[in-house]
Amino acid sequence: MTQRVGVIRFPGTNCEFDTIDAVRALGGEAEILWHSDSSIKNVDAIVIPGGFAHGDYLRCGAIARFSPVMEAVSDFALAGGPVLGICNGFQVLTEAGLLPGALQKNAGMKFLCSMQQIEFVSTQNVVGKGSQVGDCLQIPINHFEGNYVCSPEILSRLETQEQIVFRYTDNPNGSIKDIAGICNEAGNVVGMMPHPERATSDLLGSNDGAALIQSFLSV
Amino acid sequence: MSAAPEDASVHRALGLSDEEYEQIHELLGRHPNHLELAMYSVMWSEHCSYKSSKVHLKRLPTEAPWVLVGPGENAGVIDVGDDIAVAIRIESHNHPSAIEPYQGAATGVGGILRDIFTMGARPIAVMDPLRFGPLDDPRSRWIAEGVISGVSGYGNSVGVPTVGGEIVFDETYKGNPLVNVLAMGVLPSERLVLGQASGVGNLAILLGAATGRDGIGGVSVLASAGFDENSEGADKRPSVQVGDPFEEKRLLEACLELLDEGLVSGIQDLGGAGITCATSETASRGGAGMDVDVSAIHSREEGMEPFELMTSESQERMLAIVEPEHLEKVLEISAQWEITASVIGRVTGNGQLRIMDGFEGEVLAELPASTLHDDAPEYNRPMSPPDDLTERRLRDASQGPANCVEDLLALVCDPSWVYSQYDHQLFLNTVVGPGNDGTLLRLRHPSTGEETGRGLAMSTDGNHRWCYVDPRQGTKMIVAEAVMNIACVGANPLAVVNCLNFGNPEHPEIMWQLSESVDGMSEACIAFNAPVVGGNVSLYNETNAVDIAPTPVVGVLGVHPDLSEPPPGIGLPPDSLLLVLGQEPESDVSMGGSRWAWEVGCCKDGVLPEFDLDHAVRTAAFVAESVQKQRLKAVHDVGEGGLAVALAEMAIRSGIGAKIKNHDNHISMFNESGGRVLVAIENRELDDFVKTAAARGVTAKVIGETGGSSLQFGPMVDVSLESLTVASENQLPEALGQGTVNA
Repeated sequence: MTQRVGVIRFPGTNCEFDTIDAVRALGGEAEILWHSDSSIKNVDAIVIPGGFAHGDYLRCGAIARFSPVMEAVSDFALAGGPVLGICNGFQVLTEAGLLPGALQKNAGMKFLCSMQQIEFVSTQNVVGKGSQVGDCLQIPINHFEGNYVCSPEILSRLETQEQIVFRYTDNPNGSIKDIAGICNEAGNVVGMMPHPERATSDLLGSNDGAALIQSFLSV
Repeated sequence: MSAAPEDASVHRALGLSDEEYEQIHELLGRHPNHLELAMYSVMWSEHCSYKSSKVHLKRLPTEAPWVLVGPGENAGVIDVGDDIAVAIRIESHNHPSAIEPYQGAATGVGGILRDIFTMGARPIAVMDPLRFGPLDDPRSRWIAEGVISGVSGYGNSVGVPTVGGEIVFDETYKGNPLVNVLAMGVLPSERLVLGQASGVGNLAILLGAATGRDGIGGVSVLASAGFDENSEGADKRPSVQVGDPFEEKRLLEACLELLDEGLVSGIQDLGGAGITCATSETASRGGAGMDVDVSAIHSREEGMEPFELMTSESQERMLAIVEPEHLEKVLEISAQWEITASVIGRVTGNGQLRIMDGFEGEVLAELPASTLHDDAPEYNRPMSPPDDLTERRLRDASQGPANCVEDLLALVCDPSWVYSQYDHQLFLNTVVGPGNDGTLLRLRHPSTGEETGRGLAMSTDGNHRWCYVDPRQGTKMIVAEAVMNIACVGANPLAVVNCLNFGNPEHPEIMWQLSESVDGMSEACIAFNAPVVGGNVSLYNETNAVDIAPTPVVGVLGVHPDLSEPPPGIGLPPDSLLLVLGQEPESDVSMGGSRWAWEVGCCKDGVLPEFDLDHAVRTAAFVAESVQKQRLKAVHDVGEGGLAVALAEMAIRSGIGAKIKNHDNHISMFNESGGRVLVAIENRELDDFVKTAAARGVTAKVIGETGGSSLQFGPMVDVSLESLTVASENQLPEALGQGTVNA
């Protein structure tokens, strides 16, 4: 049972407080972890939230992976600790080598902020507890570089090892095989482009993200 | 310090008239030197001094018990209860965007955000009313795409959601687009900070980006003159600044942390006129003076002249006034956010602004700080209505080759291609986002995050067609429309901000438009009890001596008192009754100023439909009340394109059609009689609803019922939802989405 979630804050991160709000609303505790600290302060789980770490003037996440905190995140992930990268966080995780593949610019060459339907492809991971394969969720996306790409070898590994977590039912960005989120082999590290923290209230249009965060808090 | 009387070409090149030069001469009791002249020229520019408009702006209502800060500060601030204050401001970045669309729009967003966090507020929303030349003009498409990308690129990255706005295309903006940006922020009411320097010995610390040679004279050379032949402003491109949203994001976080820790006694953003404006404004507001050391300014390149350092408009900079004992802590927080901080000034008690090379070094300029503001010239420029006004008003705007179905298909336009490029959801507040009447955000306490159970609503509105035909009534109608928009999401108005985009103030017709518009706005704001808490005037919007149609834009802020359920939205429900609330159009209603008349009938003249402002006030209150009580199944303001376009938007949204009685000719379908709202209610609610409307003094008329897969007006006019949807969705992507050429 996750007690405390550490939320990484790089200069340029902007979804850290939304993530904290969502975690707290679901009964979890959360605190900020500053990028230049090399400690993750004994948290039980880590979220790398959305935003533009270090401005993302180079490839997204390419500088963030060198922030001191990422070494601790990497150790934590390799030891089996739950790690969720949302949007820019997903990009950082691929740059850090904790998840395979890369995120390139959307096929339409435009930033896209819109509600999307995604479908669970695998639930054998830290966000899938309590959900079924085939469950459809309404969760917003908000990115310019969300077009997932990887080599054919990686793709076939992702498919055979149930590492594709979500796919879009109506692909907005050109992602290979409609991929919206993936996990590592062990299922403890998940990266996804849609923002579950933005779908935690009916007043805001969807509460479907709550199940994912709930699952993340319960591992 | 004394300088010889100079060659008149110098002050003229800086944008100062001979009379203004003489006034400076008298104020100083000597001839100004070049640095002093450069400082006066930026501060006395139209953009900074409002010298042509001030005399009119005084007629606007600005006070109410809930107004904490009115016009004149960086942003207006109002008290919205629960110890929360809201800071709001709107600005234009028209001229920079005309010649460098991406950077012009990006720095427009950056500048307005600094105005908000200068007040101690965290910016939580941006809105962008945008106006461009026609879609069939390649250069206008290039400008539109660049501006939209600039808002998206800067706003998304800096981390403030763009929650609404407008997009309008018209011939009048060809060559001179209007890029207005509104920003809103929230702060704990006890933390309000003002941009003033006091306390002799306090330090002025320049925070943020290095000062470079960009944007020198932006306010005088660029913003306060029109565009002339051929150049399309290309020669003025170096006067446009370049934005860096990542620098701004760190600056924003650092400043909010400094304010949270109580380390600054005054803070001011650097926008137009750069360090000159920030140092002189803080000093004169605090009744103090300041010594400024130009050698301490961190600059982007070697060898910058003092006048360049003092007037540069490099972006992402702030000036904080700090007591000396807090200096160390301020430098520490700045370092944590990787922000450069330099002590560039000391507050003095003598009211003088002294520019020096080293605090003990040579005095390069010395002038009374307040003269840069308080003594700026004020003009009551000649004004007169256009010569042909009477003649113009006699024309009948309803003539033309009307084809109700085709015209409707041409007038619907889905703006989602634009706003899907903007993050409009950050901060988890957006209950109703862009593409609707008003925007509605959850209102939460900025420090504790605690929900108040209430909502903040905003809308920006302008209509150059109405204001061209009749600037006074047109402006009244846009205020009413903005209020009606927030009523549609359940809010009552509290405050207005305005951005007055007009042509060349040296043309008497333009000053007449401005004056009429201010009077119309004043009357409407009084009627809605929503004072003007801030604004911006953008003049010289002209190309080749042709002025734009007058385009005052208003932003209205209001509160929804009980946000337990989202408002009904615009989508038509099945099997319901459709009613129009508000003033009924006269039987021979004029088409003057309507989009139909301008775009289909090709007539820009005539008169506006009669407008009953009091009825609009009652209607807005009744609509807000009905939304709050959850009595409506759908609600939508009737604006440009009239009833037919409003209905089409409602039908497209939900995929449910409607049958309308009568209204089967272009006049009843497309007239833009003001103050009307379309609502859908359940059949069984009708009697009670109409009774309540009558009790509130609001006309309510059933016009049809919902259902089916087409929109029918009378027996003859029938448009399928499919064709409406295709026409609406394709307009912008077809014109803009295929990539544009740099014309």
